[in-house]
Amino acid sequence: MSEPINGEPILSGRSLSFVAGGRALVSEASLDLKPGKTTILIGPNGAGKSTLLKLVTGELKPVNGEVLLDGERLSAIPSWRLACQRAVMAQHTRLAFPFSVYEVARLGVDGVGRALSRQRREALVGECLASAGVAELAARRYQTLSGGEQQRVQFARVLCQLEAGRSVASRQTLFLDEPIASLDLCHQLALLDMARAIAARGVAVLIVLHDINLAVTYADHLVVMDRGRIVAQGAPAATLDDALLRNVFKVDLSFSRAPAAGLPFLLPQQHRPTAAA
Amino acid sequence: MTLAVRPTGAMSALVSFAAGQRRQAALVVAGLVLLCGLLMIMAVGQGAFSIPPGRVAEILWARLTGETALLEGRDALVVLNIRLPRVLLGALVGAALAISGALMQGLFRNPLADPGLVGVSAGSGLAAAATIVLGDRLLAGLTMKLPFAALPFGAFCGGLISTLTLYLIATRQGRTSVATMLLAGVALGALAGALTGVLAFISDDRQLRDLTFWSLGSLGGASWTKLVVIAPIVLPLLLAVPLLARGLNALMLGEAEAYHLGIPVQRIKALAIVLVALAVGASVASAGVIGFVGIVVPHLIRLAIGPDHRLLLPLSALGGATLLVAADIVARLIVAPAELPIGIVTAALGAPFFLWLLLRRADGLDV
Repeated sequence: MSEPINGEPILSGRSLSFVAGGRALVSEASLDLKPGKTTILIGPNGAGKSTLLKLVTGELKPVNGEVLLDGERLSAIPSWRLACQRAVMAQHTRLAFPFSVYEVARLGVDGVGRALSRQRREALVGECLASAGVAELAARRYQTLSGGEQQRVQFARVLCQLEAGRSVASRQTLFLDEPIASLDLCHQLALLDMARAIAARGVAVLIVLHDINLAVTYADHLVVMDRGRIVAQGAPAATLDDALLRNVFKVDLSFSRAPAAGLPFLLPQQHRPTAAA
Repeated sequence: MTLAVRPTGAMSALVSFAAGQRRQAALVVAGLVLLCGLLMIMAVGQGAFSIPPGRVAEILWARLTGETALLEGRDALVVLNIRLPRVLLGALVGAALAISGALMQGLFRNPLADPGLVGVSAGSGLAAAATIVLGDRLLAGLTMKLPFAALPFGAFCGGLISTLTLYLIATRQGRTSVATMLLAGVALGALAGALTGVLAFISDDRQLRDLTFWSLGSLGGASWTKLVVIAPIVLPLLLAVPLLARGLNALMLGEAEAYHLGIPVQRIKALAIVLVALAVGASVASAGVIGFVGIVVPHLIRLAIGPDHRLLLPLSALGGATLLVAADIVARLIVAPAELPIGIVTAALGAPFFLWLLLRRADGLDV
């Protein structure tokens, strides 16, 4: 943790709105992503989490509002420079042709790491495959992997891009859209540990998650969305309460407090179906 | 902050994996270059007036070094003015078709995509048919003066117009939907086929024969003039390979992912589409409709060296050239001294071979 982890936000989304088919998918959403901080975005299905992620990564252009990356409008940054400044891992990635795992991970450095030597690039790919725990799959074809393995390979690719981009841009952002959806518990924790380790290096990390307990455990900053709006954000312990659970997630559960860290957690065993949704 | 502990065994395995891939690619490149060269020399020598390969090599060498003494005589004339342009045209058309197929498959993220499928060839075909059947009536002056130029020019325009139409249909707010383009291409191809049918229906016997032969493809009538016209249209496609390969690789992950990786997706798509239209238009114009090269060759190359476009695109070009030169040899050999339309040869050999490949691989082609 040698680098300063506090400082000006790397990315600022200001009053972002997005409309598709006459429906407001995101309304007036504002959030800051700070260097060294892990921000976790939670919310029920259809709350607009993925749309908001697409807005802040530049994949979608907001109808209203703007996204600033280090004070510069996102839409004004050429895509090659953007690729050095941020990496994005989507929910699912299907491949059209039988690329090997090694080749998929290498896509992360092919463009962004053009300035690096071939040896350095190959070493980088190897390191990232090892970090994501998929080095032994390197020669396998991507299509033959399980869903969880594919997700880890995509994570390795994103790591490659981030590492290669570091030689160009010092202030980086990492976006992960439900990165642990197909992973077993061990790999869920490993991936989130990695994400935090990357944040500790000064990267701003934004993760979309569904598991509230994991979100509480790993977030520095928690953002809760419901029906296109950000309904709460802040430190996890201060942001979540039973009323929010009832109103946003439609579950009648109460938080307990973990003895050690004092973090709130949920036990689904306490669940009773609510009468009104 | 290091990322994690890295097992050194796995690392060295990775490095040797990458090196192994490069070695295999180098072998395939060397093999194809050798094969293509040998076939070309064979193709130049073989025909109604047969010239031994040694003599062919001698004449070509003499031409390159400027030794005019050897260039007298009938065999030198046949080699340099008749056979060589034909073989070069075959190689160029084969390269253009195969690389267009590989580009389209990458662009559409679909292993079945082919210039034939998205209606580019059909558009060219329709325009060519119109030139053959209606040309005498509408363009009497032009076809009388330039009988050679009207047909290729028509075919070329047809290919370009059909591609532009497709592109306009599939582009909304600056984004091109490849799915829409594929579907629209099938529809447009059917429409062009129907209109070509109407033209065949109203044509007289001579025109019908012209039409049939042209739609089966032929390298006959190759000349240096024709080569000089076609080459500048096809060569940009070959030169653009380094610009397109990395973008197409990233596109395999999807358009959003490619954008996140820093690829100017829209520009890559537009460039690829224009280049394919140019190259297919030019090859259909100069050699008629030759099927199956665009789909068989890229698949074969993928089986040999994998789907990385940086190798796939140039090797497809080389493979396409080799295949078409070989097919031309067969076309001229099988019914000598006459010749079979080359499109029949590529389809008759290509299709069963392709089916055999599909059957041999238990998991298909991984699509």
